[in-house]
Amino acid sequence: MATLALEPNGIKQDRVAALLDSAETLRWQIGQEFHEQLMEDIYTDAARIADRAVTRPDEKPRFDLDRTIDHIVTSRLWGFPLMILLFTVVFWITITGANYPSQFLSYILIDTIQPFLWNIANAIGLPWWLSGILIDGMYLATAWVVSVMLPPMAIFFPLFTLLEDFGYLPRVAFNLDNIFRKSGAHGKQSLSMMMGFGCNAAGVVATRVIDSPRERLVAIITNNFALCNGRWPTQILLATIFIGALFPVYLAGIVSALAVVAVAMLGIFLTFAVSWGLSRTVLKGEVSTFSLELPPYRPPRVLQTIYTSLIDRTLYVLWRAIVFAMPAGAVIWLIANVTIGGTSLAEYFITVLNPIGIIFGLNGIILLAYVVAIPANEIVIPTILMLTVLVYGGSGAGAGVMFELDSQLATRAILDAGGWTLLTAVCVMLFSLIHNPCSTTIYTTYKETGSRKWTAVAALLPLVMGFAVTFIVAQIWRLFSG
Amino acid sequence: MTEQQSIPIQSPAACQTCPAHNAGNLLRLGVDMTEFDYVVALAGNPNTGKSTVFNALTGLRQHTGNWPGKTVQRAEGAFSFGGSKYKLVDLPGTYSLLSTSLDEEVARDFILFGQPDVTIIVVDATRLERNLNLALQVLEITDRAVICLNLIDEARRHGLTVDERRLARDLGVPVVPTAARSGEGLPDLLQAIDDVATGRFVCKPHRIRTQSRSISDAINRLAQQVEQQFPNLPNPRWVALRLLDGDQRIVEAVRKGELGDLTRPEMMEMA
Repeated sequence: MATLALEPNGIKQDRVAALLDSAETLRWQIGQEFHEQLMEDIYTDAARIADRAVTRPDEKPRFDLDRTIDHIVTSRLWGFPLMILLFTVVFWITITGANYPSQFLSYILIDTIQPFLWNIANAIGLPWWLSGILIDGMYLATAWVVSVMLPPMAIFFPLFTLLEDFGYLPRVAFNLDNIFRKSGAHGKQSLSMMMGFGCNAAGVVATRVIDSPRERLVAIITNNFALCNGRWPTQILLATIFIGALFPVYLAGIVSALAVVAVAMLGIFLTFAVSWGLSRTVLKGEVSTFSLELPPYRPPRVLQTIYTSLIDRTLYVLWRAIVFAMPAGAVIWLIANVTIGGTSLAEYFITVLNPIGIIFGLNGIILLAYVVAIPANEIVIPTILMLTVLVYGGSGAGAGVMFELDSQLATRAILDAGGWTLLTAVCVMLFSLIHNPCSTTIYTTYKETGSRKWTAVAALLPLVMGFAVTFIVAQIWRLFSG
Repeated sequence: MTEQQSIPIQSPAACQTCPAHNAGNLLRLGVDMTEFDYVVALAGNPNTGKSTVFNALTGLRQHTGNWPGKTVQRAEGAFSFGGSKYKLVDLPGTYSLLSTSLDEEVARDFILFGQPDVTIIVVDATRLERNLNLALQVLEITDRAVICLNLIDEARRHGLTVDERRLARDLGVPVVPTAARSGEGLPDLLQAIDDVATGRFVCKPHRIRTQSRSISDAINRLAQQVEQQFPNLPNPRWVALRLLDGDQRIVEAVRKGELGDLTRPEMMEMA
């Protein structure tokens, strides 16, 4: 070692060059077949060693359960209907199951604790603006996030994780692979899309399994169309109180579930459409092949899965929502209560944004909420509710937050008071699916691509598309409904 | 045939090296990775349960899922066992270390340049042949490895028996059957890691045999030259293989002298 280090750099470099030269010469001598020969040797060795170590049962091939299940869930005929059915069942369980815990939580957090906090604040004589920011702003936003989001998440995530643990997700990827290839994207994009259904930032990181930079960019840009954790509750809530409510009670649950599935499917469809468009315009190129291993089905460990998905996903998402909801709550309270010439800031914003929102089937409050909620999609619905209550809810500044929110019907009542119609709900559901990714995902995209240009594309393309889709839906809707 | 090769015993205090005794000594340290004594890498095919082994040893709850490609980033954690602190690095699952996709590069670079003290190769007992392809490639790079023969419960369910002693003899490294999901075999795995890390067990890893005379000549000649240029390099033969395959990353490493760095012990902490 010491001699090596003491040598002048030049001599060392000469030796290295000589080494590389002789490697190059030998490479030419042994010729092209080296790589294949080496692979073959490795395979032969592996086969020999494995064969010596493994004893197979001498019986005839038995009935293979895995294979039979695979034949059904990946069949051309049944693959897609089964996929839709499975996800519908998951959402149906989520929607019907989430109602009661939601009512209970808002009874505790909003009907019981909030007045109690006000009593304390009044008793110790806090200035009205401070208790306003703390109780009507930060506390209320947090309470809403918890009561609106916790129950559906606590049911949905364990169910989804059970499916994942069982081994179903790779089969979905397998079903989708063919369409991905036809749309000019990499088949592994189906895997990053699956991750995106959990969290888009994670989905963007997961595109690392794709080798070709072109196909990776396609996967990153379209990942936002996979409905993420933060947006599932929005979809579930709106589908329940606006779409499910149109039907008799015994059908409401299943119809709401179908509506959510339809939105998720639209997301998948948009993933294909945008991949197709990108790979035929700005990101042209060949499709690469890969092998997707379908893992064996494993009986999920139910209790452990429920535990980890509650801790890792539910509480993680909830915590993130709360962290963003508290400052957002303060901001919302401030813009609703700081007045200029007798009119609150929020009302100024909303008056300006309202005409724009109406064109897209939305309204000013919704647009303002999406601006406030850029850090986290989770708080869009709570923000909308708070802004609606603060602006339309009462007579004076700071008043009118005492809405009774003890059921989903009451949520509906608030939104009705804010001038919502079925069209508004549909447009918000669509816009929630198709708009800019949250700031975490945008930042992750920048880190992964290292390019401002592609980050901008990934952020703005969905936003423009979202406005386009809601615009078209709103115009056609109004045309037909007169 | 010497059985000592595959079953590490031969220590004065038999009790202390008994896996049953030492299982209680596992201390899961989570992300507390300060002042570790050894670096351990976890390699293996996708979906063989690497992350499950990782979680079982570190007490962390890195998300595991029943599908390939779950881990694309390196995850790190720590545990302490038998008086030593170990840093455990979960590498992305790959089918080989030969081609150049990002995940294969991450795994390959870590085993090569990170120079872990022990590399655990997690293999799926129900798909041994396919999994050995990767194991053989890892054994070309490092001679300090332990095979974790995972999913042994599933193999049993399918009626397969795997002779782990035979396998250990053929591969020249310890082979420990485990079912990481239920914790079966983990005490023995810890013991094997400890044995290889402390040098109590010296591996004699299997080398890939080539059928072609001209190729094996070329490998030997080049390996000799590599060894002359970089004495103390643990894997001159593997470097020769990669040079013959025209691997640009390794050509660069030779040119820039990164390979020379590998022989210096202080570089071991570059992880």
